[in-house]
Amino acid sequence: MSRWGMVIDLNRCTACQACAAACHQENNVPPSNPKVAGGDRSIRWIDILPMREDEYPHASISLVPLLCQHCERPPCIKVCPVGATFYSESEGLVGQVYSRCIGCRYCTNACPFTVRQFNWSEPAVPDSYLEGTNPDVSRRYKGVVEKCSFCSHRLIRARDEAASERRKLLPGDYIPACVEACPTDAMTFGDLDEPEAEVSKLARSKRAFRLLEDLGTEPKVYYLREGGNSK
Amino acid sequence: MSSHKSMPRPTDPLGEDWALVRPIVESNPRFWIVVAALAAGIGLGITAYTHQVREGLGVTGMNRPVYWGIYIINFVFFIGISHAGTLISAILRLAAAEWRRAITRSAEVITVMVIVFGVSNVIFDLGRPDRALFVVQHGRLQSPLLWDVCSISVYLTCSSIYLYLPLIPDIAILRDQTTKLHWFYRLLALGWQGRPEQYRLLERAIGVLMVVVIPIAVSVHTVVSFVFAMTVQPMWHAAIFGPYFVVGAIFSGIAALIIAMAIIRWVYHLEGYLKRIHFNYLGMLLLVMTLLWFYFTFAEYLTTWYGSEPIHMTVWWSKITGSYAPVFWTMFACCFVIPFSILCREKTRTVAGTVIASIAINIGMWLERFVIVIPTLSNPRLPLDRGVYYPTWVEWSMLTGCFCFFILLYVLFTRFFPIVSIWEIQEGRMNARKDTLERIESYMPEVVETGRRPLAPVPEGVAT
Repeated sequence: MSRWGMVIDLNRCTACQACAAACHQENNVPPSNPKVAGGDRSIRWIDILPMREDEYPHASISLVPLLCQHCERPPCIKVCPVGATFYSESEGLVGQVYSRCIGCRYCTNACPFTVRQFNWSEPAVPDSYLEGTNPDVSRRYKGVVEKCSFCSHRLIRARDEAASERRKLLPGDYIPACVEACPTDAMTFGDLDEPEAEVSKLARSKRAFRLLEDLGTEPKVYYLREGGNSK
Repeated sequence: MSSHKSMPRPTDPLGEDWALVRPIVESNPRFWIVVAALAAGIGLGITAYTHQVREGLGVTGMNRPVYWGIYIINFVFFIGISHAGTLISAILRLAAAEWRRAITRSAEVITVMVIVFGVSNVIFDLGRPDRALFVVQHGRLQSPLLWDVCSISVYLTCSSIYLYLPLIPDIAILRDQTTKLHWFYRLLALGWQGRPEQYRLLERAIGVLMVVVIPIAVSVHTVVSFVFAMTVQPMWHAAIFGPYFVVGAIFSGIAALIIAMAIIRWVYHLEGYLKRIHFNYLGMLLLVMTLLWFYFTFAEYLTTWYGSEPIHMTVWWSKITGSYAPVFWTMFACCFVIPFSILCREKTRTVAGTVIASIAINIGMWLERFVIVIPTLSNPRLPLDRGVYYPTWVEWSMLTGCFCFFILLYVLFTRFFPIVSIWEIQEGRMNARKDTLERIESYMPEVVETGRRPLAPVPEGVAT
C-alpha cells in the first residue's frame, strides 16, 4: 500500500518547462503545432499555470506547474459513465483506460483543475518523433481522454526490477519523468504514507499548500512557498 | 366515466370529421416540396457528421476548456421540447380539461419524435460513437449520465405507448373507412372493434399511463440538469437546477406545441378544430410559465450575485456584461420581455400573437442552454485557459439536420395518422356536454336539512 504524491517547491521552480518537455517525451504526448495550438487543443499533461495574485499596484504572479492532482476523492471518477477512469486504492493513483473511454468529456468538465485532455483529432506525430516513441506507454488515438499518470509505467518497471533482484522497492526507484528532469530540484516524489520519506516531510511543512483545497478533493500534489498559500 | 357505452362505432360515417382524414388520403403537391427541402437539410447534417466521424471532434468549435458545445445544448433543448407532449397532454387529461381533445395528439407526437434527437445529439458529442453501447455494457450508476440513460429510455417507452394507445381507435377508423395501406392499419389496429369492453380497457390504460408519465417526465429533465448540477463547477453546482430545468422544459414545450398547432391548422385547414380559444388557453399557460421562468432566473442570479464568491462572479459577469452578454440579454428578451408583453393581454393572445411569443421563447430557451453550458466551461477555476467558443459550420449543419429530420418525421406522421384525435373529438361531441354538466351539478351547494331556519335575509340598506 502506497500513497504516491508529489511536492513542487515554487520558490525553486524557474518555470523552465523542462518537466513538460520530459513528460511529453516520456509519455508519447504528440507535439503541438500552430494549428492545434491556435484552436486551443494542444495536449499538455503538465503545464505552467500563471496564477495572478493581488491587483495593481501590488500585482504579482506565481508560475505553478500544473498536472493531474491524483485526488483521493476525484470528481472525475464519479461522473464517468463507463468506468474508463479509476482510482487505485493500493497506489493512490488516478488512471485512465483508453480502450474503455467513450469520449463524452464529462470527466474533463467535472475536474476543477481542468487537467484532463481530449484528443480532438488523430494525434499528429511527425515521422522524426516516431523513433523516440516510448514502448512502455500506449499511444492514444482520436476521441479519447488522457492525462498525467504519474508515469505509472515506471512504477511497474521499478517493481519488476526490484522483484528480479529479490528486494523491496526502495525510495528513488520510482520517479516520474518530470521530477527526474527538473534542473533545480524543485520537484520531489515519493510515498506520502512513508513518514521518513522526504516527500511526506515536505508535504507536512509549514510552506506546504494544495490547490483548491477547500473543494475537498484531497489532491496529492503539494506546493511549497514562503508563507504557504496565504502569500 | 361510463361514457363508453355510446361510443362511436367504427362503422359510423365520419361526417364532418372527414377533414381529419383528408391529409392522409389526399395527395398534396406541396408535401413533396416540403419533403425535398427537408431532405436537403438532412443531407447537410449527414455530410457534416460524416466529416466529423472521419476527422474527429476537432472539426467543431470546441476546445480546451470548452469541452461541451452545441451538441450538449441541443440535447438539453430537445429533451426540453419533449415536455411539450406527454406531460402537457397528461396534465390536461388528468384535469379533465375538455378543450384538450383537439391538441393532445399533436403534443404527444412531438415528445416521441424529439426525444430521439435529444439522445442522438449526445451520440454526436461522443469522441468514440462506436463505443456508445459501453454505457449499457459497462454502465456505472454513480454517473449522472447513467441516470439520464435510464430515465430517458423509460420516458421514451412510456411516451410511445402513451401516443400509441389513444391512436388505436383512429387506426381502426382508417382501416375501415379508407383503402390506403389496408394491411398496415389492420396490423396496427390490433383487432380494435370499438366494443364497450375494449373502450373500458383503453380508458383504463390511458388513465394509468397519464398518471405514471408525469413523475417520469419530471424526473427526465431533473436528471438532465443533474449532469451539470452534480459537478462542483461555478454556477452549475446549484440545487435550483432541477426545478429550473423542469420549468424551462415545460415552457419551451408549450411554445413548441403552439407553433406545431399553428402550422397544422394552416396547412391542413383545421381552423375548425384548433380554434383561437385553444391558442388563448395555451397562451395563458405559457404566460404562467413565462413568469415562473423569470422567477427562477431571478432567484438564481440574485443568489449568486449576493453571495459574491469570486469564482462564481467571474462566470456571472461574463454573462451579464462580459463576452456572453449579447447572448444573455437576447435570451432575456426572448424568454421574458417579448412573450410577457404579448401574452399578458387577451387582445394580443391571438393565434399570431401566441405564435410570435412561442418562436421567441424557443429561440430564447435554446440560448438559455447556451448561457448555462458555455460560460461556466470557458471560465474554469484555474485560469490556465480562458476559452472562447464559436460553433463551426459542422455544428450548425448538424443542428439544421436535426430540425429538418424532426420536422420530416412529424410531417410523415400527419400523412399516415390523424393529427387530431378523431374518436376523442367524437366522444367529446357526444358526451362532453352531459359529463361536464353533471360535473358542474356536483359542485353546486346542496341544501342540507338541519332543521334550523334558513339565514335571515340581509336587511335593506346594509352594504354587501
